[in-house]
Amino acid sequence: MHNKTLTELAAGLRSKQFSSVELTQAFLQRINQYQALNAFVTVSADVALQQAQLADNLLAAGNVGPLTGIPVAQKDIFCTQGIKTSCGSKMLDNFIAPYDATVVSKFNQAGAVLLGKLNMDEFAMGSSNETSYYGAVLNPWDTDCVPGGSSGGSAAAVAARLAPAVTGTDTGGSIRQPAALCGITGLKPTYGRVSRYGMIAYASSLDQGGPMTRNAEDAAILLQIMAGFDPKDSTSVDTPVPDYSAGLNDSLHGLKIGLPKEFFSADLDSSMAATIQAAIAEFQQLGAELVEVSMPTLNLAIPAYYVIASAECSSNLSRYDGVRFGYRCQNPQDLTDLYTRSRGEAFGAEVKRRILMGTYALSAGYYDAYYLKAQQVRRLISEDFKRALSEVDVLMGPVTPGTAFKIGEKTGDPIQMYLSDIYTIAINLAGLPAMSVPAGFIEGKPVGLQVIGDYFSEPRLLNIAHRFQKVTDYHLQVPNGFD
Amino acid sequence: MSLTVDDVKKIAHLARLGIAQQDFDNYTKDLSGVLDLMTQMGNLDTVNVKPMAHPLDQMQRLREDAVTETDQRLLFQSIAPQTEAGLYLVPKVID
Repeated sequence: MHNKTLTELAAGLRSKQFSSVELTQAFLQRINQYQALNAFVTVSADVALQQAQLADNLLAAGNVGPLTGIPVAQKDIFCTQGIKTSCGSKMLDNFIAPYDATVVSKFNQAGAVLLGKLNMDEFAMGSSNETSYYGAVLNPWDTDCVPGGSSGGSAAAVAARLAPAVTGTDTGGSIRQPAALCGITGLKPTYGRVSRYGMIAYASSLDQGGPMTRNAEDAAILLQIMAGFDPKDSTSVDTPVPDYSAGLNDSLHGLKIGLPKEFFSADLDSSMAATIQAAIAEFQQLGAELVEVSMPTLNLAIPAYYVIASAECSSNLSRYDGVRFGYRCQNPQDLTDLYTRSRGEAFGAEVKRRILMGTYALSAGYYDAYYLKAQQVRRLISEDFKRALSEVDVLMGPVTPGTAFKIGEKTGDPIQMYLSDIYTIAINLAGLPAMSVPAGFIEGKPVGLQVIGDYFSEPRLLNIAHRFQKVTDYHLQVPNGFD
Repeated sequence: MSLTVDDVKKIAHLARLGIAQQDFDNYTKDLSGVLDLMTQMGNLDTVNVKPMAHPLDQMQRLREDAVTETDQRLLFQSIAPQTEAGLYLVPKVID
């Protein structure tokens, strides 16, 4: 059962091959069996079995939604009423959200069963899942390696078949990079496409939730549930939601693929370059043509991103004050001591680093030199993309500079860790949609191909990924010991 | 660009963020390194470039001035570290 796609699971439930309770028990059993991966912060077995029982009643009555009875899991950044939402932090280790995130409500309305909450980098700040208060997540393809981050638990859970489909969030690559390192399919939608209400904020002008699944067909089903205007999110975009599955099989004949020459510079590892080029050659077989494009400002994406993301993080995380919810230190001497020690004791090193950077960038005398400058660079980067996407339909390139790295390898040097986001963060600055699609292996570890499209081109991206998955089998590979 | 330990202490105070004494050297080194990375932007001419705050240049939406939420004080205070009579408790501010 655990190797079936969402479409196969829905068919199996409707034809009574198995019940939702049986399906849910099977996944709960796997989650338990592979606990050592540390993919989950919370397993909500009781809630899941209740939901499954309810789903079975609905299925018997023939009253079904798109995900009725299908188990999923949520990144622990989405608030779930009555179930702990930690955001990977000691600060929220005791936090039971008083309401559901819009994304969670949508899954509930669609009839999905919630298996639990997935491990992640603390407040989504990290590229390896090592900053989580709950410890590192192991990559199922090589358990000495990281699964990527910040949605590391999400990617590991899908790769290990602990859940058929899950959610992630992407501020600088946090869906695409772990999807690439774990060999699964991940989609970061256009900024504003998926509601951020109840999705704990890191950098509000960049954060975007999206699906993480085994293939593009499932990603389309999940995005259909997640997308849509939400009056509760002030940056939600009021644009109709198309049918994401309708065009999956459209022809790619005449598709113009832009290859940014900055993505394929001499710095790119030769085996990564060869794997990505081989994947792109498949698209030529499918009738696509290749065009070289240039985006000269791309090299400033990392500095601009770390200014903007840190500034917004320092502002967003000022709400954790030890007064209204979350961690409070013991025996505070006065109010300043209460704030300072509660925050000092409950935030981890990476979160502190970003709060400090952001506070500095926003402080008097430095605002223009850093924050304003970064927003101007952001405009130029966005114009680079606009220019390129006026010449071609989509852009392609790698998701990451290399495959999954060893746990502990980059923790001592934050700048090295930041540089590993080089291919993903510019897309968040521009607010564009992009996917990571399994595209091969290097020494047994998965590689992701990045497909970047214009605003609201998610149907086209899913179509491109789906056609690729019909002629390749990288997405069907299962890590050793998890089949 | 290099920061000093005193600079970092001042920033930590602005952020009301407790940092252990022995960690200041490391944070100072890390932040100086990140600032070097950020200074790369200084080389790019951005005169007359309009800062970009929202990817779709969307304006903040307004809504009707109507009541949409009910009072949920009890629920929200049920997860607070310390409350009394409907109030959040903090250490004494004024003697």
